[in-house]
Amino acid sequence: MAVREVDIDFSQDLLDYIEVWKEKPGNLIMMLHRIQEEFGYIPREAAIKLTHLTGVPLAKVYGVVTFYHFFKLEKPGKHKIQVCMGTACYLKGGEDLIQELENLLGIGVNQTTEDEEFSVEAVRCVGCCGLAPVIVVDGEVYGKLKKDQLPEILAKHRGE
Amino acid sequence: MEFNHYILVCGGTGCESSKADDIYRNLLKECEAQGVKDSVQVVKTGCFGFCEQGPIVKILPEESFYVQVKPDDARELIAEHIVKGRQVERLLYDQEKTRRLTGIEDIQFYQKQLRVVLRNCGVINPENIDEYIAREGYAALEKAIFEMTPDEVVEELKTSGLRGRGGAGFPTWMKWKFTKQVQEEEKYIVCNADEGDPGAYMDRSTLEGDPHNVLEAMAIAGHTVGAKQGYIYIRAEYPLAINRLNKAIEQALDYGLLGENILGSDFSFNIELRLGAGAFVCGEETALLASVEGERGMPRPRPPFPAVKGLWNKPTVINNVETWANIPVILLRGANWFSNIGTDKSKGTKVFALTGKINNSGLVEVPMGTPLRDIINDIGGGIKDGKAFKAVQTGGPSGGVITSEFLDTPIDYEHLQELGSIMGSGGMIVMDEDDCMVDVAKFYLGFTVDESCGKCAPCRVGGRKLLNILERISKGQGSRQDLQKLKDIGEAMKRAALCGLGQTAPNPILSTMKYFEDEYLEHIDEQYCRAGKCKELVTYTINPENCIGCGICARRCPVNAISGEKRQPHEIDQALCIKCGECYNACKFDAVIVK
Ligand SMILES: Cc1cc2nc3c(=O)[nH]c(=O)nc-3n(C[C@H](O)[C@H](O)[C@H](O)COP(=O)(O)O)c2cc1C
Ligand code: FES
Repeated sequence: MAVREVDIDFSQDLLDYIEVWKEKPGNLIMMLHRIQEEFGYIPREAAIKLTHLTGVPLAKVYGVVTFYHFFKLEKPGKHKIQVCMGTACYLKGGEDLIQELENLLGIGVNQTTEDEEFSVEAVRCVGCCGLAPVIVVDGEVYGKLKKDQLPEILAKHRGE
Repeated sequence: MEFNHYILVCGGTGCESSKADDIYRNLLKECEAQGVKDSVQVVKTGCFGFCEQGPIVKILPEESFYVQVKPDDARELIAEHIVKGRQVERLLYDQEKTRRLTGIEDIQFYQKQLRVVLRNCGVINPENIDEYIAREGYAALEKAIFEMTPDEVVEELKTSGLRGRGGAGFPTWMKWKFTKQVQEEEKYIVCNADEGDPGAYMDRSTLEGDPHNVLEAMAIAGHTVGAKQGYIYIRAEYPLAINRLNKAIEQALDYGLLGENILGSDFSFNIELRLGAGAFVCGEETALLASVEGERGMPRPRPPFPAVKGLWNKPTVINNVETWANIPVILLRGANWFSNIGTDKSKGTKVFALTGKINNSGLVEVPMGTPLRDIINDIGGGIKDGKAFKAVQTGGPSGGVITSEFLDTPIDYEHLQELGSIMGSGGMIVMDEDDCMVDVAKFYLGFTVDESCGKCAPCRVGGRKLLNILERISKGQGSRQDLQKLKDIGEAMKRAALCGLGQTAPNPILSTMKYFEDEYLEHIDEQYCRAGKCKELVTYTINPENCIGCGICARRCPVNAISGEKRQPHEIDQALCIKCGECYNACKFDAVIVK
């Protein structure tokens, strides 16, 4: 099979990481995590490049990527909003938060705003159930949240 | 060096997100500014458990327990408590709204708890191995290597009666024994830190607050069964726990407590992390092993059990985080000490994540056999906002509900199973009169259908069918035959599904149907949802007697369905209403009625 050239750059860190992990058993998921960390999702070119670097078949890479919710195939917005829909948060109004975000941003779950500023995702429990309902924006956790706090939170992150 | 004061700041995820990090930094800054930096040590610890009142700061030796602390409070804490020796009254926990309490032993939330697994959480700095060692850390490993034979370790576990805390409650010593007996060069030790139950965070807090405890336990298992390599499979959603584990592994390697020739013996053991990627089924042990191998997380039929053929087909001991966390203390204090805690068949303690409609959400650890009532009323402080208790759900998507008539049931493996629920990993979700049982069942089923890996038909197809029926019922379009269908499909899945996910997925339905059949019937016969949760079944109307025509509901309504003259009773246009409940929440005069 002819090796197709792919047009994507991996940082030296990422290349080093793959070099170390290449030989370890059970490495595929760990390398995909590292790729998603770098790009925010798994771009097709990156998946192809990974197969070149490691010899893992592309079908297997996609088999794994599509099995796990954590891996994304599409580019998320600049700011990632994760709304917890674990049981504790669901009972305390997680759905209302999703509804309100839809009112404010015009997008539903798994969508990205047109200006690519925000994307919204529903996640299953981030482990702060004592603070339900919870959202996480760019890794920052907001707990005991009321929906009228959302505009302020969005404004804060939009500015960053 | 001796310090006059120790300030402990909660560094669990819950509190960190409420600015515990800023509090920590401000405290350091204030100690410096107010010239007490040499006599005070500020430490970031693991979770204190009382998440409802976080962030928490505890000052020793006075044992002052400050709650809901803000970063700006740092100055006053140092100026008053440390410099002038006066407690900051306004930040102490206010239990009865009249009397502020100083220490943990007075606080009701802690009174019926017994901390074995969480003994170091909120006490030591989890990022400093010396603090763990100072609390007898790694002494159990030393004992297991130099003073006990592997058979004695297994025997000790047997006498202790420890059973798995990940769900099924399988005796831990048996797994170890099976793996130990197999003659193979390569064996593995695995820690299940996938914590898939949504609404539970016991394992997260244990790892964040006391990571060495789990590392030590895994090394003990390695020595006992003859394994050299361990893996911790942890959810990628837990970055703080991952970070602390990585630091802990590094430190343990540095100290010769992991790696080659541990403590100068000929025993070598290494531990690596493997990250999960958001698949609930990977909590199931055979799926987890597939995931550690880097594959799609599909379960395999058992037997063969992992103890005999596990990771890469080699004998593998796999235990849950909390199970691991019990092991060092059992070896140190003895099996008899441990087996004195708990009930006849369920020994030791259990950690629960108490959440939902409860006043004191948090992480609680109680002896097995503690009645549910004690957990909910005494520790949990009762139901939020004076509402009526409806049920408590244990075991997450694989479990069931327990109603008020069974609140005096002692919590252990056997009793929960008798009630149609399971112990599960420790999620405990309290529901009140505003929660609809059909909706709750639908929520859990939606979860398991989402998470079904698709390998076996009973789970893939059966789950979808169950969900369709529940959706129908929640829209008021169900029939009485549907109830029988739910039971039939549910029973078939229990018997025929390949793994625990499918086998237990019907539990939330079967259990809510058993205890709340009347609610199902109301949805079917009367198109009525008493909790007002099932949107298709509620109507919002305005009671003209109470409405003063302030117009706030009309302004809040997102679809302009409400109209009326100023100071005249308003009306809701049912054709436009989307049943969002905004008007109901907005009205200050109780004029909006939900039916
Ligand atoms: C669908 C499913 C999900 C599970 N999720 C978890 C989990 O998140 N954490 C866990 O420790 N065990 C989980 N288990 C139980 C494991 O299969 C296994 O019993 C456990 O890791 C054994 O450890 P223990 O003996 O220490 O409890 C799950 C089981 C099933 C069927
Ligand atoms: S359920 Fe939302 S954080 Fe756990």
